[in-house]
Amino acid sequence: MREHSRKGPWWLEPLSHFVLLLAVAFALYPVLWVVSLALDGVQRPVARAIPWPESPSLDNFRAIIFARGNTGEWLFGRQLANSILVSAATALTAIAIATPAAYALARFPSFVGAKGGTKALLATQMFPGVASAVPLYMLLDKLRLLDTRSGLVLVYATTAVPFAIFQLRGAFETIPKDLEEAAMVDGATRFQAFVKVVLPAARPALAVTALFAFMSAWNEFILAATFLSRESAFTLPVALQRHVGEYDAAWGKFAAGSIIVSVPVMALFYALQKHLVGGLTSGGVKG
Amino acid sequence: MIARRWLALFATVALLLCTVTAHAQQRSVTLWHAYRGAEQQALEQVLRAFEREHPGVTITSLAVPFDAYASKLEAAIPRGNGPDLFIDAHERLPSYRARNIIESAAPALGQLARTDTGPDLEPLALEAVTSSDGSERYGVPLALKCLALFVDEELWERAGRPSLETVEGIAAARSALPREAYPLVYYGANAYFHAAFLHAFGGQLFDDRRGTYAFTGAAALQSLEYVQRLLRDRVVPAEVDGASVTPYFRSGRAMTVISGPWFVGELGDARRFRVVPLPRVTSTGRALSPLVTVEVAYLARNAHAPALAAELAAYFASPSAARTRALIGRQVVATPSAWSDPALAADRILAPFRRAARDGKLMPTHGNMRLSWEPANQAIRRALRDPAATRVALEQGQHRYDDASRPLPSRRSPLPLQLVLGVLALGLVFRSVQRARDPAFRYAVKQSMPAYAYVTHAVVIVTLLVVLPLVLGAITSLYAGRDGALEYVGAANYWDIITARGGPLFTSGTFYAVLLVTVVWTLANLALHVSIGVALALLLSRPLLKLRALYRVLLIIPWAVPSYVTALAWKGMFHRQTGAINAMLAALGVEPVSWFAQFSTAFTANVATNTWLGFPFMMVVTIGALAAIPKDLYEAAEVDGATPWQQFRHITLPLLKPTLLPSVSMGAVWTFNQFNVIFLVSGGEPDGATEILVTEAYRWAFTRQAQYGYAAAYAVLIFGVLVLGTRLLERLTTPPHARGGAR
Repeated sequence: MREHSRKGPWWLEPLSHFVLLLAVAFALYPVLWVVSLALDGVQRPVARAIPWPESPSLDNFRAIIFARGNTGEWLFGRQLANSILVSAATALTAIAIATPAAYALARFPSFVGAKGGTKALLATQMFPGVASAVPLYMLLDKLRLLDTRSGLVLVYATTAVPFAIFQLRGAFETIPKDLEEAAMVDGATRFQAFVKVVLPAARPALAVTALFAFMSAWNEFILAATFLSRESAFTLPVALQRHVGEYDAAWGKFAAGSIIVSVPVMALFYALQKHLVGGLTSGGVKG
Repeated sequence: MIARRWLALFATVALLLCTVTAHAQQRSVTLWHAYRGAEQQALEQVLRAFEREHPGVTITSLAVPFDAYASKLEAAIPRGNGPDLFIDAHERLPSYRARNIIESAAPALGQLARTDTGPDLEPLALEAVTSSDGSERYGVPLALKCLALFVDEELWERAGRPSLETVEGIAAARSALPREAYPLVYYGANAYFHAAFLHAFGGQLFDDRRGTYAFTGAAALQSLEYVQRLLRDRVVPAEVDGASVTPYFRSGRAMTVISGPWFVGELGDARRFRVVPLPRVTSTGRALSPLVTVEVAYLARNAHAPALAAELAAYFASPSAARTRALIGRQVVATPSAWSDPALAADRILAPFRRAARDGKLMPTHGNMRLSWEPANQAIRRALRDPAATRVALEQGQHRYDDASRPLPSRRSPLPLQLVLGVLALGLVFRSVQRARDPAFRYAVKQSMPAYAYVTHAVVIVTLLVVLPLVLGAITSLYAGRDGALEYVGAANYWDIITARGGPLFTSGTFYAVLLVTVVWTLANLALHVSIGVALALLLSRPLLKLRALYRVLLIIPWAVPSYVTALAWKGMFHRQTGAINAMLAALGVEPVSWFAQFSTAFTANVATNTWLGFPFMMVVTIGALAAIPKDLYEAAEVDGATPWQQFRHITLPLLKPTLLPSVSMGAVWTFNQFNVIFLVSGGEPDGATEILVTEAYRWAFTRQAQYGYAAAYAVLIFGVLVLGTRLLERLTTPPHARGGAR
């Protein structure tokens, strides 16, 4: 009886599928256009509603993947490696910086400076970064980290930290205090309890936070192009952006490159999607 | 003792390293450029040839994305991290001179072969690198870029070989061509292309000698009316942008195209074509004369190897290197003697381009020229969209230019600020001393010690790398200047913004108008994000739903693809001629819509794009929040006989609210500062009406002559608005009794 009423009327199931299919079509349509552009050598100036390439070929993908530098090295491979390295290091650094801070905010919410610090963190999210590229450049120059991947990682990681702190603070707040207190009764220090008890419990949130930091580094190109001065040090989005010129753009190659750039992030999303649901909700930003 | 030995060893190694690097530096040159494809290939060949002729020299070349090129140069060279040599257009010369990042090219030009009149270079190109007083030359001109006419031989023959000498001759082909083909296709809504028509009527975009905006008056009006007639007679298709010209030509629907040398690379061998100089306008007897840009090799200041850089710059312009650049890189090289090569003289593409360049007008170099593109483009777009408003559009253009080029606020003494800061600092010190003496506070600090162990490193790093750059950026707002020379002006930038630079407060482009658009934009997006996100989450959380995991994966795809890619895809979908949205409307029997011609449709296009980008985040957050609602609440409600709607209204919504609120306010901040969508989709069209505060700030910083101080003032105001807005949101959503206890 109760099962029946929770199921609702018979038309609810087909209706949900209908609405969801509509939403999926909405979500996929522009992406399919990018795919068709990448597969299609020729564009026609005729409006078409169906994203289907006219003369499908993999030339654009080949041109991107087998791009070589002037010394004959395999540029795409280098740049892919750079991107993976920079983004992964960004994610790890951001987590390493943010996790203890978030833990302190969650467990000692009234320490002196907590309130002001949280406000300042929130404020950094509100200040548009239009003009911060030049000061950052000068700073990296002073630190002798210009034109290095470590410099880029440092900048990306720190810009990812405020959001990561909010995200993780929320996650730690949902973890019952009893867990660590029990560990501390058993003789663990607070730090041991934090590492051995709290961190494992917060794994989904850590994964999701890392994913966001990874993504922001993976997709960024303005700062990367400004700070890096060797083609072999470029990340993929910088190389991708080279296909868009002042007067003209190789849209086919750009689209093919975009797909290649998007695939790893989509794979990560897919792998983490279960965590994504739990990890995001426990977080959130509170002033 | 040991320490001293180590020190000695260290010093020896350091010394050794220094001499090695110093030696290496002398024999290596760094070159930056923004070339791609064949041009890049030719450049590399020239570089390798130079290395062969100069054993022991290595050249490092770096291809920088065009978007980041100028800012990278301006950041790197003053700090000694720049190249020895870089290639860029001649019209940036005054700006580079003002920023003091280039050197006189006399050492390079002196090495070139000489003719009776001067170095072996085209006179027009040489003029381009000469300072306005004629005393000094900056850079070695390499190549000329301008527009010419591409003719599709097959269509031209089918149209009965009309005369290509005049625009009217080309227009006459209209009746002989099939309906979907056009006699002439070009990027009409762009000032660079329109300038050719303007010159045929005796006008100009910019008076380089006087340094004033010149796209006004009779010539401007006549040139626009002329193009409006071409549009009306279907000689030229409506709303063609830079990207859609190529498909027209490749699919055989354009008899002629006005474009530049870069167009050749996009054509492939799909059509048989030739290139001729631009036609004349019969009524004035004058030819459409293109703007000519000269590619220049600039000698950078702070070069590590200036002599070698000068040698390399001269080598670029030598006949042999010029031949390589022409034949492989397809450049219209500026070295006359290279053209005596028979292959080059007979080249059916380069030779006509060279003739076209000789008829052309040099791109103005005055610093204010860069300010006139945006007003001129907007005036042209408006006039072509709405011929009745041509005069108004031109007046608006002049007004916009005046606004952007208004005199800078005068220099102020920083004394008042220093006084205020000093008093504040004193007060702060006094207060901290007072607090430090307070035993309660000392106790609190002591209690907080364990927390500090966890936060100190984050505080230090975030302060240094996030807060400090932002504070420096904010301080810039007290300075004013163009092209990097900044002077302290106090609050003048803020005053200018808040008083709408003396104009009426609510006309388009003022802070208040843009703020209104931004607020509406944020609210519209949030409403759509939340309602779509929550609706889909409710559907996906139905316990018996099949294929749930598949749906979820497909629905978060918009989130996973980089937004600068998908924003461009959406822009393409809203294109009037080739866009998928209009194709769908056509299938439903609706007339095609010019999406970016009116505020309402352009705004809709932006919102549609951003809704697509943002709903997955809200959906995922809501799914999580729904999962956290205890199931027994629903069961209890059911026992009490609550309908599904009542359950949603009284259980789901109230419990969803607290978990969703933080995400909503974060989403509001992100949407408020959503740069990519506005910039890439509507680009502010029409007439800057869909601009939001962040994109407006960006325009002041990057397209209006680097008025960083003004842009920074915008940024600070955005920050202020957001702080106030989130405060307000907090007040409205926190129940009164909870306020006191909030952290």
